Amino acid sequence: MDVLYFAWVRERIGVPRETLDSDAATVMDLVEELRAREDRYAAAFADISALRVAVDQELVPFDTPLNGAREVAFFPPMTGG
Amino acid sequence: MRVQVQEAAFDLGAETARFSSGCSASGAIVTFTGVVRDVAGGLERMEIEHYPGMTQSALQDIAAEAVTRWTLEDALVIHRYGALRTGEMIMMVATAAPHRADAFEAAQFLMDYLKSRAPFWKREVTAQGAAWVAAKTEDEDALKRW
Repeated sequence: MDVLYFAWVRERIGVPRETLDSDAATVMDLVEELRAREDRYAAAFADISALRVAVDQELVPFDTPLNGAREVAFFPPMTGG
Repeated sequence: MRVQVQEAAFDLGAETARFSSGCSASGAIVTFTGVVRDVAGGLERMEIEHYPGMTQSALQDIAAEAVTRWTLEDALVIHRYGALRTGEMIMMVATAAPHRADAFEAAQFLMDYLKSRAPFWKREVTAQGAAWVAAKTEDEDALKRW
């Protein structure tokens, strides 16, 4: 799946997107996998209450299943308008 | 209903005129424009990042919801991204309705949802450095009234 990062999440992780092979069942499982990878991921995902997630471009809660998801995006709360 | 995400500046007068000319059944046209302001002094630019795949559809969904909930003849949303300077227009919404209450309320609804549910992120750049604009809890709370 493609994993995308925006705003300070992108800055902290250092890349805007990457393609991962993951068996994570839910968004939260994917977060745990990422946290375990490297310090920069652990730092970015330290407090998920400061993050939002979209699965296939729809905003969803962190306990959402990932079955067949093609794109997961992590970002801070949005500041449009 | 038109939703436009663009880097280029837009002409508020021309957009409003074009929007109104297509709304012959409406006695009320409300427009709102968001402008870059220099909050702390010394703003060099505001950079707006967005999520290209998702932005258009998120805005489309928000506008469609407004058209469902209020009696509107039409709605328009234009939102920019990229680097903007103080005083530049960031975005506009326009609503057209037979009566003003629907036009005003729908415009407020659109603004409240654009603030917290459209995938844009603002970053302020000053001589001292750059900082991401934090989302305000009031903005999230504002959604509860709808």
